[in-house]
Amino acid sequence: MEIPTETKNLIQKRIGEIRQQYPEAQAACLPALHVAQEHLNYVSDDVLDLVADTLTLPPAFVQGVATFYTMYNKRKVGKYHLQLCTNVSCMIEGAEELLIGLEKYLGVKAGETTPDGVFTLDEVECLAACGTGPVLQINDKYHEGMDLEKATALLDKLKTKSESRDIATPNAVLSKPAAKSSASSDDDKDE
Amino acid sequence: MEKLLSANFGDPQAKTIQKYEASGGYKMLRKAITMPPSKIVEEVKASKLRGRGGAGFPAGVKWGFLPKGAETVYLVINADEGEPGTFKDRTLLRWDPHRLVEGAIITCLAINAHHAYIYIRGELVEEASILETAIDEAKKRGYLGRSVLGKPFPLEITVHRGAGAYVCGEETALLNSLEGQRGMPRLKPPFPAVAGAFMKPTIVNNVETISYVPIVLDMGGEAFADLGTEDEGGLRLIAISGHVEKPGVYEIPCGLNLMEIINDVAGGVRNGKKLKGVIPGGSSTPVLLPDECDVPFSVTGMGSAESIAEVEVWDGRKFEVMAGRTLRSSPGSGAIIVLDEDVDMVHVCARLMHFYAHESCGQCTPCRVGTSWLDRLCHKVDRGEGSPGDLEQMALIADGIAGKTICPLGDAAAWPMLGFLTKFRSEFEAKVSGNNKEGA
Repeated sequence: MEIPTETKNLIQKRIGEIRQQYPEAQAACLPALHVAQEHLNYVSDDVLDLVADTLTLPPAFVQGVATFYTMYNKRKVGKYHLQLCTNVSCMIEGAEELLIGLEKYLGVKAGETTPDGVFTLDEVECLAACGTGPVLQINDKYHEGMDLEKATALLDKLKTKSESRDIATPNAVLSKPAAKSSASSDDDKDE
Repeated sequence: MEKLLSANFGDPQAKTIQKYEASGGYKMLRKAITMPPSKIVEEVKASKLRGRGGAGFPAGVKWGFLPKGAETVYLVINADEGEPGTFKDRTLLRWDPHRLVEGAIITCLAINAHHAYIYIRGELVEEASILETAIDEAKKRGYLGRSVLGKPFPLEITVHRGAGAYVCGEETALLNSLEGQRGMPRLKPPFPAVAGAFMKPTIVNNVETISYVPIVLDMGGEAFADLGTEDEGGLRLIAISGHVEKPGVYEIPCGLNLMEIINDVAGGVRNGKKLKGVIPGGSSTPVLLPDECDVPFSVTGMGSAESIAEVEVWDGRKFEVMAGRTLRSSPGSGAIIVLDEDVDMVHVCARLMHFYAHESCGQCTPCRVGTSWLDRLCHKVDRGEGSPGDLEQMALIADGIAGKTICPLGDAAAWPMLGFLTKFRSEFEAKVSGNNKEGA
């Protein structure tokens, strides 16, 4: 997937600013991957090459970093990345049952994305909000004290695109390559 | 109960610099710039403030390890809160970020660091933003930047976000991650105070530890020490979750009785249920039975309390942390998880083993192989497909990991495995009874 020039320039500019805060360029690797992912949804090979090039690092090194950390998406994720903690404190508050309920509601298993590209569901480890579990992180926001009713109410709101920013800032949605002209659901270019 | 660090919790305005200053914030910074750095270190030593990340090393002593006259020193603040059950640092960052900023600036003055990095776990997006705002506000006031309140001491604080790795809470893995690498721990020595971030002398301290520094300066080290126990000074934050009436973050004197914390501070076990077990200091600490909870919540209190059974590898063979030293339990990161009578302890143990298997960085064979093996075996037993030999196998694996790894993550997996086997063996046995298949 070619990265549009405008996006590439913006990413490189942001990385350049961040790099100033460290004595070495390599130290900007993690923040750089976060920046690129904000714009481009996941760390594709093109993203790895871009970060490697910008910081003068070997691409294999950057790939090693990107694959080590769970938050760098290795595959495209939906507009809303649903991350449910199922570690101990959330588990004993019903997180496992909640996961099964969400899988049924969305029609996908944990680790998968809905066919319309809106929701990706993942099971995650402790999110450091154990006193108010179960905790469901949707993109940048934590939603605490979740049960199936509350969670599906949030998802319904996200589906209709209303009141979404207080629930989560949407992920970058990638458009399909320009080959075909037919409209499809992931043609809406949210930032 | 007295509130020092948690005084501003619950006030949405408290995170603004105006409110923080109005309630006395940054007064201690003004005092600190007039003090010789060694005096600040002395106060922190006198306070007996221990590290609040889980390892409990005395902060002032750690600061003393820095080589004298080092040209470049870094302060790195560990905000990678990832130990299951722990949520005190997130809480502190949300309510009182300026306390951390002030503590960081004072610490930098004390250790002659001109750049501090706050390593915050990647998932805490809002909190990273809250911190950035607080740092900006402080800079505008002249508390840091080109100088500190006019004192020619350039100081920058950078918020560095992690990207999802529990192991990066370990200080050397954190340093490697800060340097842009895979978060794999380093062998110690050298210790970070000698060679840390970018191989320079570095102090790594937990968010809560640094946040107490202004408070220590305010009341004086000795007065702070007196609030706690003989070897653990002051107050500390605890995060209590699970089956209690009032889960949440509370500030308690070091050494407060654990049963008192559960019953008085957190309202006791909820829904009229009976207490079955307590994980006292985050998932890596051995689980306690109800009658083992009448102990002081402190390192020595729980490390040597006779009422807490020593963790066993199997009947008659005690687990040894290192030659001769047995294991009881620990207050760890102050994360208390309360488990009631309905909890399936084998299921909890299996879920924890899955966590450690997922989070193992992979560097050391005992941990990389051992945690995955424990994950598979424990789940097999949990599903009712295990055989009696599996229990000895799990104990052997855990004992084979502990003490043989580059970092404590291996121990962090082994200790709860052995802890659950020691305290709840009958539940494991019940799940394998009647299964005569050979163990895997």
